Amino acid sequence: MTLTEAPPTPAAEPAGPPVRKPSARRRLVPYWLLLPGILWLIVFFAVPLVYQASTSVQTGSLEQGFEVTWHFRTYWDALRDYYPQFVRSLLYAGSATVLCLVLGYPLAYLIAFKAGRWRNLVLVLVIAPFFTSFLIRTLAWKTILADGGAVVDLMNTLHVLDVTSWLGWTESNRVLATPMAVVCGLTYNFLPFMILPLYTSLERIDGRLHEAAGDLYATPATTFRKVTFPLSMPGVVSGTLLTFIPASGDYVNAELLGSTDTKMVGSVIQSQFLRVLDYPTAAALSFILMAIVLLTVTFYIRRSGTEDLV
Amino acid sequence: MEQYEPEHLSPARLAAMRRSLTTGRGALTRRSMLRASGMGALALGGLGALSACGIPPAKREGDAAAAFDDHSAREKRLSFSNWTEYMDVSEDEKGRPTLEAFTERTGIEVRYTEDINDNVEFFGKIKPQLAAGQNTGRDLICVTDWLAARMIRLGWAQKLDPANLPHAFANLSSQFRTPDWDPGRAYSYPWTGISTVIAYNSKATGGRKVDSVTQLLDDPGLKGRVAFLSEMRDSVGMTLLDMGKTPESFGDADFDAAIGRLQKGVDKKQIRRFTGNDYTADLSKGDLAACLGWAGDIIQLQADNPDIKFAIPAAGYLTSSDNLLVPAKARHKTNAEKLIDYYYEPPVAAQLAAYINYVCPVDGVREELARIDESMADNTLILPDKEMAAKSHPFRSLSSKEETAYEEKFARLIGA
Repeated sequence: MTLTEAPPTPAAEPAGPPVRKPSARRRLVPYWLLLPGILWLIVFFAVPLVYQASTSVQTGSLEQGFEVTWHFRTYWDALRDYYPQFVRSLLYAGSATVLCLVLGYPLAYLIAFKAGRWRNLVLVLVIAPFFTSFLIRTLAWKTILADGGAVVDLMNTLHVLDVTSWLGWTESNRVLATPMAVVCGLTYNFLPFMILPLYTSLERIDGRLHEAAGDLYATPATTFRKVTFPLSMPGVVSGTLLTFIPASGDYVNAELLGSTDTKMVGSVIQSQFLRVLDYPTAAALSFILMAIVLLTVTFYIRRSGTEDLV
Repeated sequence: MEQYEPEHLSPARLAAMRRSLTTGRGALTRRSMLRASGMGALALGGLGALSACGIPPAKREGDAAAAFDDHSAREKRLSFSNWTEYMDVSEDEKGRPTLEAFTERTGIEVRYTEDINDNVEFFGKIKPQLAAGQNTGRDLICVTDWLAARMIRLGWAQKLDPANLPHAFANLSSQFRTPDWDPGRAYSYPWTGISTVIAYNSKATGGRKVDSVTQLLDDPGLKGRVAFLSEMRDSVGMTLLDMGKTPESFGDADFDAAIGRLQKGVDKKQIRRFTGNDYTADLSKGDLAACLGWAGDIIQLQADNPDIKFAIPAAGYLTSSDNLLVPAKARHKTNAEKLIDYYYEPPVAAQLAAYINYVCPVDGVREELARIDESMADNTLILPDKEMAAKSHPFRSLSSKEETAYEEKFARLIGA
């Protein structure tokens, strides 16, 4: 193939783009496009939210029906009765988020910078657990952490369990039905939600920045501290949010891997709704959880100073 | 947007007014209009909607509301919701022999769905339709005593016609005839009986027998490897029996004492968890050494793991049943009654019992069952003998108020 000199493009220099006044229909197009989304949000978010808010200030029983009596005390009672579960939810979700970050960051870094041609394979492996049901994956942990299983035996031999039991994370010589099992389950189940945003923001970092840092006599550690980590902050923030928010409302892990003293607030809401049939308390608990998570997240975003997530 | 512009203003003032409306912070743009009107509407509508909501009483007026046009004669169909693994399956696992024989005999097509996993969840699923007085799309459902009692109490079940139930009327075991929530079985017939007993893994207990709730709660050798059931009636009922009380008649103080007893077990970490159906796997692995369990599960477990044993406490054990009900507004009540009656014919009942291994509520099954499997006919977990039946106790039905209060206390006990 020979390169031919491209003919000079005719100086198509119109006198500026024709000034077109957008017609009314054109101007409405964005709103029409938004309509399905807005309708979806109204039907599946706004309406249930209003309904739930209403339920939370009702009183009554299944048989007599519930009526709005503006009984705001329900909130106070719910908070007073179930604050241990709230504290626990935040604590477990927080621990799981930190663990996810500690485990996920190196892996995301590896995928973004070092994996080379294995990158896609490793990414698929990260996502692969999603191909099985959440419940099955959690139940698998019951087999892995079984009392007589290899993991617990190893931990016993290495006296790790003595330390964790002393800290109150495990119970004498078992891991299942302890706080540690719940946090491990949460960490495992939400790890991909941490890795993927971290990976996308790490992958975007221009490799030449590292070279430039090296040229300026920065050690690898300094480069990481001054260049890589700050540039990956959007990933860190969105990853932690994607992990923390669902983890704080989760109840499957606490239900399957935990015991009576590891129940999270999700379990309480479920049992109030389905077992006790105390809908107002359940609704109030949901709102309190929502408020706590919203406040925590707002505070966190303000502190981390990241405007654009991802 | 047409704007109202007062005519008496000077051109400069008009221009300033226009500017103020179209540019700058106070600009009256489409967005700010939308935002303002949206907020206003939300604020107004929110308050209105909040107080307009409310959940109407769940109770329906008697049978008049529950009964519905019966389309059975014209539509040879029936939709039957049941628990998983609660129906016999052929060896190639493709057919359900007893159901197929029913269709062959009566010409009634049965749509069989295994969509019940848990009473409370199932109630949550069908509640909206029933509360609104609508058809649930199910003609026959199978729910445990307390839920059956609640549905009858709320007027959500249809009264059955004894004329269509000759076998059921004749063959129902006396043990199941007069539950206090449905005396004489006007609305419900048991599908299976459930015995709540103590199960243990003899390998995990070091060969020791576990045969009382006291032992479950106090034996230091079992510490942290004991489970109770997350069904309030099973756990509390068995504890009441152990304390010398009777679950068929007890008061608030007895209930609180039983909860207190269980709470001690939780506090000293004797009780590991409160489980649903998932105790079976834990018991088989040996993570649980002993627990409360349901007899049918235990027979199935024993087939795979000979270490699994069961014990009937000397203080007695709890019985309940899963009951067939025709929900309000169901379209095919007569067809449903025909199916109930069919399963009360001893040969059919034996075939079912031989497969699912739960207590069979049908009299005259022993010979039929012996024909299928001699050992099963002698298994007291399937056909309780006199001695065992004498130890069985039902849990009394609770009023709606008691139910809420007790469930609340039990929820506290199990941590939620």
